[in-house]
Amino acid sequence: MDLRFTDEEVAFREEVRAFLRENLPDDMRKVVADGRLPSKEQLRSWTRVLKAKGWAVPHWPAAYGGTGWDPMKQYIFLEEMQKYPAPQPLALGVNMVGPVIYTFGNKEQKDFFLPRIIGLDDWWCQGFSEPGAGSDLASLKTKAVRDGDHYIVNGQKTWTSVAQHADWMFCLVRTDPEARKQEGISFLLIDMQTPGIDVRPIVTIEGEREVNEVFLTDVRVPVTNLVGEEGKGWNYAKFLLGNERTNLARVGASKQRIARIRDIAAKEMVDGKPLIEDHRFREKLASIEIELKALEITQLRVIAADMRRGNTGKPDPASSILKLKGTELQQTTTRLLMEVVGPHAMPCIADGEALGGEPVGPDYAAHAAPLYFNYRKLSIFGGTNEIQKNIIAKAVLGL
Amino acid sequence: MDFSLTEEQSILKDTLGRLLGDHCSFEARRAHLESAQGWSQPMWARYAGLGLMALPFPEATGGDGGSSVETMIVMEALGEKLALEPYLTTVVLGGGFVRLGGDSRQREELIPAISEGLLKIAFAHTERHSRYDLSHVETSAQRDGDGYVLSGAKGIVIHGDSADKIFVTARTSGNPRSREGIGLFLVDVNAEGVSRRSYRLHDGLGAADLTLDKVKVPASAVFGDPGSAMPIIQHVVDIGIAALAAESVGVMSAMQALTLDYLKTRQQFGMPIGSFQALQHKAVDMYVAIEQARSMALYAAMMAEEADEKERARAMHAVKAEIGRSGRLVGETAIQLHGGVGMTMEFAIGHYFKRMTMIDVMFGDSDHHLRSLGKLGGLLDVA
Repeated sequence: MDLRFTDEEVAFREEVRAFLRENLPDDMRKVVADGRLPSKEQLRSWTRVLKAKGWAVPHWPAAYGGTGWDPMKQYIFLEEMQKYPAPQPLALGVNMVGPVIYTFGNKEQKDFFLPRIIGLDDWWCQGFSEPGAGSDLASLKTKAVRDGDHYIVNGQKTWTSVAQHADWMFCLVRTDPEARKQEGISFLLIDMQTPGIDVRPIVTIEGEREVNEVFLTDVRVPVTNLVGEEGKGWNYAKFLLGNERTNLARVGASKQRIARIRDIAAKEMVDGKPLIEDHRFREKLASIEIELKALEITQLRVIAADMRRGNTGKPDPASSILKLKGTELQQTTTRLLMEVVGPHAMPCIADGEALGGEPVGPDYAAHAAPLYFNYRKLSIFGGTNEIQKNIIAKAVLGL
Repeated sequence: MDFSLTEEQSILKDTLGRLLGDHCSFEARRAHLESAQGWSQPMWARYAGLGLMALPFPEATGGDGGSSVETMIVMEALGEKLALEPYLTTVVLGGGFVRLGGDSRQREELIPAISEGLLKIAFAHTERHSRYDLSHVETSAQRDGDGYVLSGAKGIVIHGDSADKIFVTARTSGNPRSREGIGLFLVDVNAEGVSRRSYRLHDGLGAADLTLDKVKVPASAVFGDPGSAMPIIQHVVDIGIAALAAESVGVMSAMQALTLDYLKTRQQFGMPIGSFQALQHKAVDMYVAIEQARSMALYAAMMAEEADEKERARAMHAVKAEIGRSGRLVGETAIQLHGGVGMTMEFAIGHYFKRMTMIDVMFGDSDHHLRSLGKLGGLLDVA
């Protein structure tokens, strides 16, 4: 048992830090530190910096552009990105559809899509949830009917993140209405420019347009855009959702937020002293840090176990904890971030706006409450935390 | 980074697991508990036979050269079976004082005796008003020739009822709450002026209140600097916290196994109660808490020999706070999921729950450690 990072890993961490210092523009760093989404242009230019360095898709197989790093190095890389903080490449492309394409797609699909994902030439969105298919995703109704060399797709998708920017959507559709519900589903790649697609915004409680409804009316999708086999889409979707393990807990992001909370708490005063010196506040912070330390080690245990037995594709049982606890902690830190700015959390004024030329409140305050509101999503999307508990109860505890 | 055990460590784990499985069933343990001594001399001899007592001592002193990882393995196994023998107080704490505070003569005398299982040791520190403050020592140590005269009262000396020798903290100078001026003395229970009042704790372990009435101890009983032994005391307590963390993981794992078994077999409304979602989610909460605690026990093992006192202190505050919280959640939930039978002495679960509860108050409860960590500025290495 040796719980230290190797010299090589320590040196690599420094290399990543230096790279970020030298290459990430400050304005983009501030956007991420505030918990906002970078613009499409910002993310594309940053992704291309990573691509030029060869670091856009470290976790992919080397044949498709990966770095060949072991899971520990991948983890260090992501942790440093989150701690700096730097924007991460669009997960919908590099973490979600990309691995599905290189694992189940045909040669034409790989050749066409993978390089475009790496450079963010294409912006992807995910067509999974529907108004009637949330936690019970397999009951989705959007149907695709074969018509010669095309599928005709009709239906409605919802909670489609960043679809307003999207060039492509990976979409679960029902191709066989007669089959058992998980077996009649296929995985289609749909060009968002195709006639019949209508993207309508959903404004979420923080006031932003992050998600959308997508209406599909007689959308003609070439059969060549089917991934893998017809009727196997559910398997690919499960693969997609279970594929991410090295960074489920997002420990680096929580560390970064705690560092921010500490900075702000040194500036906010209570009883004539900085809030950071207040005993009750310190205990609250310490309590979160303890949970985070335990989670970090749990995450490292999962990675070390993966490395030891070679990635068999089967997750360590402890990995199921990572999403549950990781989302809880991210929510807790955003709540504390809002608490620490105090009454300055109240004005609903976007960054850069000023009233009569005067900024409202301290410059760190504006995004605290919106982030808190927005992060309630973490325990809902990708399978609610209650669904996660159902899965753990069955798969790990045998109940 | 590697969380796996070496071959020797795996053998240690398996061998001890088998030994406890064979000789420390719930029924056998109950018999040990009901004996006058409250634990089993044959078990003690078996541990010694297995080399457990020699484990933490350097090979040069006749020990096994084990690290905090070996101690973790042993404590987890003992926790899983609620073993009653004074391993923690004798080997981990007593052995720790000898290892870190003893001079060569003291080591030569004591390490073989501990290693062979011939000596049982306890640690007397808590006083009426000390609560969890390690620096709060009113018991006095007056210089007397080469040695000292100890006077005062110590309470809740775990395994103090059956110990042969007891490490006692006593003040050589300074005010009652000063970190300086505290000495560490090894007192023979048969020395003149030592009296003990023995009782049991809620987890069944024996303990004693100790009165020291002008007890003369020779120079050879002084460990470390009599004017400033706190760094040694602190380090041994930190090692003790790491050991308790490992024991807790064993206790909690056993509670989980018992609870899952009950959920799968107990039938109500015509089906196993484990099929009910409300209960499943509670069982998952237990599981998550245990895995978090397991991670912290590993962290504790990693930090137990850390030389930087402040770094070690921050880590151990975090560990003990987490163990206390997890332990309470797991214990209370385990009782709840067992329903009525969880309330009975007949069932094992309540015994585990009580041990877990006692662990929380040993060396400071969750709140104490959270407060202490807050005072030190928190845990996170922000850099």
